[in-house]
Amino acid sequence: MSTTTTQPDSDRAAYRAALLDLARRDRRIWCLDSDLGGLEKQFQAELPDQYADVGIAEANLMSMAAAVASTGLLPFANTMAAFASARALEQIKIDIAYHALPVRIVATHSGFSAAHLGPTHHAQQDLAVMRSMPNMTVLTPADAGETVRLVEAVAHLPGPVYVRLGRSPTPAVYPEGTEPEFSVGTAVELRGGDDVAIVAAGALPVRFALEAAAELARCGYAARVLNTHTIKPLDVPAVVAAAERTAGVVTVEDHSVLGGLGGAVAEALAEHHPAPVRRVGIADAFCPRPGTHAEQLAAAGVSTAHVVTAALSLIRTQETRTGRRNP
Amino acid sequence: MTIAAVTRTDGHLDETARLRRTALAVREHVLAIGAGPVGTHVGGSLSATDILVALYGAVLRVRPDEPRWPNRDQFVLSKGHASAALYGTLAEYGFFPTEELAGYGHADGRLMAHPTPAVPGVEFATGSLGHGLSLAAGLALAARRAGRGRRVFVLMGDGELQEGSVWEAAMAAAHYELDNLTAVVDRNRLQINGSTEDRMGLAPLADKWRAFGWHVSEVDGHDFAELVPALRLPPPPGRPAVLVADTVKGRGVRHLEHRKQNHFAKLGPQAYERALTALRRAA
Repeated sequence: MSTTTTQPDSDRAAYRAALLDLARRDRRIWCLDSDLGGLEKQFQAELPDQYADVGIAEANLMSMAAAVASTGLLPFANTMAAFASARALEQIKIDIAYHALPVRIVATHSGFSAAHLGPTHHAQQDLAVMRSMPNMTVLTPADAGETVRLVEAVAHLPGPVYVRLGRSPTPAVYPEGTEPEFSVGTAVELRGGDDVAIVAAGALPVRFALEAAAELARCGYAARVLNTHTIKPLDVPAVVAAAERTAGVVTVEDHSVLGGLGGAVAEALAEHHPAPVRRVGIADAFCPRPGTHAEQLAAAGVSTAHVVTAALSLIRTQETRTGRRNP
Repeated sequence: MTIAAVTRTDGHLDETARLRRTALAVREHVLAIGAGPVGTHVGGSLSATDILVALYGAVLRVRPDEPRWPNRDQFVLSKGHASAALYGTLAEYGFFPTEELAGYGHADGRLMAHPTPAVPGVEFATGSLGHGLSLAAGLALAARRAGRGRRVFVLMGDGELQEGSVWEAAMAAAHYELDNLTAVVDRNRLQINGSTEDRMGLAPLADKWRAFGWHVSEVDGHDFAELVPALRLPPPPGRPAVLVADTVKGRGVRHLEHRKQNHFAKLGPQAYERALTALRRAA
């Protein structure tokens, strides 16, 4: 079980520092801003020739990023997930994805992380739309440290990348000194176990998964926990292996139950290894009330308790089928 | 405005006559494609033909045998539905064989009805309107910061200016003082549902661009003696330039001119012959 050994940092802040560090070393790295607040103080102040702010104009942001990338540069296009995945989606589809250009779309405030700002700023559909874009790699790190390793890993990846970040500080998933190397497309096993599998992506979902696994352990069940920081290409072998050895797979995400991680896992298992799946995700509805990120997710069906319930239902179903009851 | 006519010669033809001859050939390609199995956007292709021929025949520094030449000028056809005119122009100037035009829309060819970068000379896939000016602005910004002396051109339709993203890009290009960027508006005054001014008025169009910080010229989009010098002239220091080119939808085929019905056409054999005869008679 992980513990927080340092002051929590937001993946957003970690990303910004990592990007600046990267851009100091590689002058092809550009930071394209859309009035997000902060990048101008940090990035523009130091590297003005690798920075451009297009103002509050996300469609133009994506098209200009595509054009800049076509000249051999490596632009990071910065906006919020709500705007990247809806308002500017056609520019991403045609100008970036169709041309397979190396634009890194970095989207903060994903899922319900904008919390009280409400559904105008929530992005509960971005994984579904981005993973259906040909050529697109889709990533969602679990903590600030993983975000830093991700930025390094994707800087020179061919083609477009969608990086899904949150807004507020979240606890570190990996105890200091145990961070694995970030490898695009390779899930990280955070905890071993063969009774049930929990596959999670994103900061709060991974935390919920780990907390649920600890609670299941207290009930005598060993849960395998995978951090699938790469939604596309999904680590199908890891997901299949998890399903083969367990009662089934619980997916956990800060995203609609439709078309995100749960959808990707269900699609993969349906074809490769049919197995029971329970999707813990945002119910197919807009968030009705203000609250904290965790409060809103819990109301929509995403919390540690929801993961435990889903995992136990898989275990009970298997026990009923096999007539065997574990401790 | 006779600079163009005397600066270059091609055998016995002065430049304007040479461009007019090429433009006629491109219009013939447009009609032939329109008579093909999938038809094409005839009206907007014919209105854009002279602008495209002026660019490729007299202005753009490009190498047809090396389409990705690093020092080339760059052109984006934002009104991608004028693909027939673009393909015809690229073929006439040697980017690919004119015989390939017969494969427009065919499964075994590469000529999609909206341009794609698979076609030599095409920088970006376009056709969803309102993207081209942003793309051109991005190219221009990158070129300037890289210290490249290239110019970037973009051709938009006038109806296309109803897309909001055009004005996001117009703001950005002026803000970044992109004086290596020249936009051309094919002002044929027609869109699918009718007159642009009846459907969603654009006037006062030149004033709109001026208000956004652009240098504006208004030219006859079918007169090479006006078009070529206006396109050759670089924008003034610190400002992007736009040419509002007064054009005629269906230009060159008298019975198709100014008619919204010609926006998209699949010409039958008789209609094709009639259009070709009218085109050659007028030329």
